[in-house]
Amino acid sequence: MNKIKSYLEDTLRSILLPLSAFFLAVISGGLLIAFSDPKIYKLWKSPLELIGTGFASAGSAYSALIQGSIFDINLTSKKFVLGFYPLSETFVVAAPLILTGLSVTLAFRAGLFNIGAQGQFIFGAIGASYVGFSYNLPPLIHMLAALTGAMFCAGLWGGLVGFLKARTGAHEVIVTIMLNYIAIYFLLWLLSTQAFLRKGRQDPIAPPVGENARLPKLFGIDFRINFGIIVAIGVAYLIHVLLNRTTWGFQFRSVGANTLAAKTAGMSVPFVMTSVMVICGALAGLGGAVQLLGSEYALTAGVAGSFGFDAITVALLGRAKPLGTVLAALLFGALKAGGLTMQANTTTPIDIVLVIQALVVLFIAAPTMVRSIFRFKQIKLGSNMVAKGWNG
Amino acid sequence: MSVELRGITKNFGALNANDNINLRVETGEIHAILGENGAGKSTLMNILYGLLAPDSGQIFIDEKPIIIFEPNDALAAGIAMVHQHFMLIPVFTVAENIILGHEKINLVGVLNLDQARSEIIRICKEFNFDIDPDAVVETLPVGVQQRVEIIRALIYKAKVLILDEPTAVLTPQETDELLQVMKDLKKQGTSIIFITHKLREVKEVADRITIIRRGKVVSTARPTSSQEELASQMVGRPVDLNRQRRPATIGDEILSISNLSVTDDNGRVVLHNISLSVHAGEIVAVAGVQGNGQTELARAILNLENHITGKILIDGKNIVGESVRRSLQSGIAFIPESRELDGLIGSFSIAENLILNTHDLAPNAKGFLLATNTIRMEADKRISEFDIRSQGANEIVSSLSGGNKQKVVLARELSRPVKIVVASQPTRGLDVGSIEFIHEKIVQERDLSRAVLLFSTELDEVFALADRIAVMYHGSIIDIVPTTISRSELGLLMAGIKPKGKS
Repeated sequence: MNKIKSYLEDTLRSILLPLSAFFLAVISGGLLIAFSDPKIYKLWKSPLELIGTGFASAGSAYSALIQGSIFDINLTSKKFVLGFYPLSETFVVAAPLILTGLSVTLAFRAGLFNIGAQGQFIFGAIGASYVGFSYNLPPLIHMLAALTGAMFCAGLWGGLVGFLKARTGAHEVIVTIMLNYIAIYFLLWLLSTQAFLRKGRQDPIAPPVGENARLPKLFGIDFRINFGIIVAIGVAYLIHVLLNRTTWGFQFRSVGANTLAAKTAGMSVPFVMTSVMVICGALAGLGGAVQLLGSEYALTAGVAGSFGFDAITVALLGRAKPLGTVLAALLFGALKAGGLTMQANTTTPIDIVLVIQALVVLFIAAPTMVRSIFRFKQIKLGSNMVAKGWNG
Repeated sequence: MSVELRGITKNFGALNANDNINLRVETGEIHAILGENGAGKSTLMNILYGLLAPDSGQIFIDEKPIIIFEPNDALAAGIAMVHQHFMLIPVFTVAENIILGHEKINLVGVLNLDQARSEIIRICKEFNFDIDPDAVVETLPVGVQQRVEIIRALIYKAKVLILDEPTAVLTPQETDELLQVMKDLKKQGTSIIFITHKLREVKEVADRITIIRRGKVVSTARPTSSQEELASQMVGRPVDLNRQRRPATIGDEILSISNLSVTDDNGRVVLHNISLSVHAGEIVAVAGVQGNGQTELARAILNLENHITGKILIDGKNIVGESVRRSLQSGIAFIPESRELDGLIGSFSIAENLILNTHDLAPNAKGFLLATNTIRMEADKRISEFDIRSQGANEIVSSLSGGNKQKVVLARELSRPVKIVVASQPTRGLDVGSIEFIHEKIVQERDLSRAVLLFSTELDEVFALADRIAVMYHGSIIDIVPTTISRSELGLLMAGIKPKGKS
């Protein structure tokens, strides 16, 4: 009984900060939405009406957000289940985000700050695309081959960072930022080569991947939700097991928590750094593969969107824990999917979603402020993972 | 000037750091405050110095009540404090450090150091110090830096001087000199509050002794009390300081170091041509003042240093150039110098810390997986065996007291099959109770005919444990002596001075 109680208390404690940060971000976001409505500036003279209008515009924006991310009653006219189309969209966006988020999370736990999920994502997409369009393999095998190809390319790309850090001491933050640029321009160049040029097209788009390489849809053609979300959640569980139940993960966490003590205990820090970054790269690469094989099907210059950068936010919001990362990625997926509907149905621009995302991070990075706003007493709001990463 | 603290109480949450403490220090008195770590000595002094505010209680100076909000109030009232960690700016000169916060400038805004210089010279003459006002502080030995702090206190006309564990960083000679300085200050009418846990020093200089335990004054004693009496009152139970040990039964050579030299990453030679051997069943203590290469020697044995030449044989096998892991597995138990820095992972549980260097070996691991149940059960066993006071194996190590942290390190290292125990300052910063426990364990290891190499800067510890003493100075072992050597001779050796007639 006590065990359950203390577990619940621990859980509550660890989600209190992210939850309050999100709550604060929604409130400040609401204010911003209200004030971004031009109508409001004509109502200075009657404060009641001003507040009413403000609430109305924030309310309609947020309800559009929910409509675009969970359930839309307008879509139920033909068939009731179609109302869940927005929820399927949320999962489609969340799947790659979970994987890139895990990449950042795992690096955090080993004391590394992986800014390079974007570049690793791109290499994963390249690998998946190449295997996907240049071979013709039986079902399942083709898909697995494409996923493996993605993880291989991105794993090498990520491992390079760990290797450089272990051998030369090059700071992973600098290296990953620079490798992101290289990855982006490498992709642009690749798309202009013969191998990646689609027949009959001059614009930079690669041939579509074969049918057998695509991730199967989960609930028929009406919904875009695909096998990727299963892969993502399964991998999150594997990372949880890796970190908490294996000797390898024990070493990762040891090096991340106290490099000196890990070294003194005979652990090989260079090995840990290199292998962690190989896995991180493979995770982000898998994210790229899920995006490509699950929804895009063809490699373009914009394949990575901001999946690699949002990953950092997601990992921070998830407190560098696999489960937290999954939940944070689902939340961000919902914000992204819902933002489009919000922009279409109301005058609120989609950029407000970015502002809310940014505010969440801001509030999480300032736990003392959140604590004083909500007057938490004597509650430790988790460890400061943010600062840890920079020390490398 | 007399100082009186009446009914001082200070709570930190549920912790009663000071509980109705009464303390009176007379003019020209050396008043020792004796207590274990965490007894509340520092809290009390921080209240007197204005760094903490008491929950209740009053301070009187010359019978007049006074309120001290911040250190400046204390200084104005004539109370100065020399902290354990000096409050000096290393790259500034002595004179610059002394005028810090009281800078005087001339008409065009240039710093005027002349007055400070002459004051320093005056005080140096008075107390027979030899300090150049223009020397840069970081180039001075630790003992001299401490004097700079004392000079600063005197220049600002301190009548009451608080010395917080002042001898922790000093060589035996420097300690003796400091004790002399304290006596001289007393003659001039300065009152001194001397915080320490070293009984010998207390007995030598103190006029009166106040013993604090768990936030309460348990007794006031005279320096004529025996060390045992003082220690027992400090700990709250009988203590036997001179435990009789069986004489060593020396076995085979376990560790043999020959011509070992180490350079650091900047190419500086930190260990020079060291040769040393340790046999089964004996404790060899490496004595020396902090920073003379002991850290590097201990680390070199584990191959934690990067540039090693020479030989380190464990049971006849050279391990130089091996990985840390292989070195550990060749049979070394390693108790590192700092339990917080490299001994333990603070954010890990006790159980996890107990398997840091055996996590991937049976029975802690089954293939790639950690054997969680076994680990948990083993941890419970160690916790009772080593008397680790905690809320259980899952408690986070950083919330344990220093003594219990060190017991975790000991429990981990001594539970492996090892041939030699390398212990670096194993009792630094610990209370008498924990020290006793750890000493017992170390002697027990010796009696199980393991070799023990003990690094210690504390002479008491060296004499209590050693069968032979190696003295380190400037990265070399300058002599290996029997335990019959006198304290003062050993002190001289630690300062690099060999007795005449010996080369």
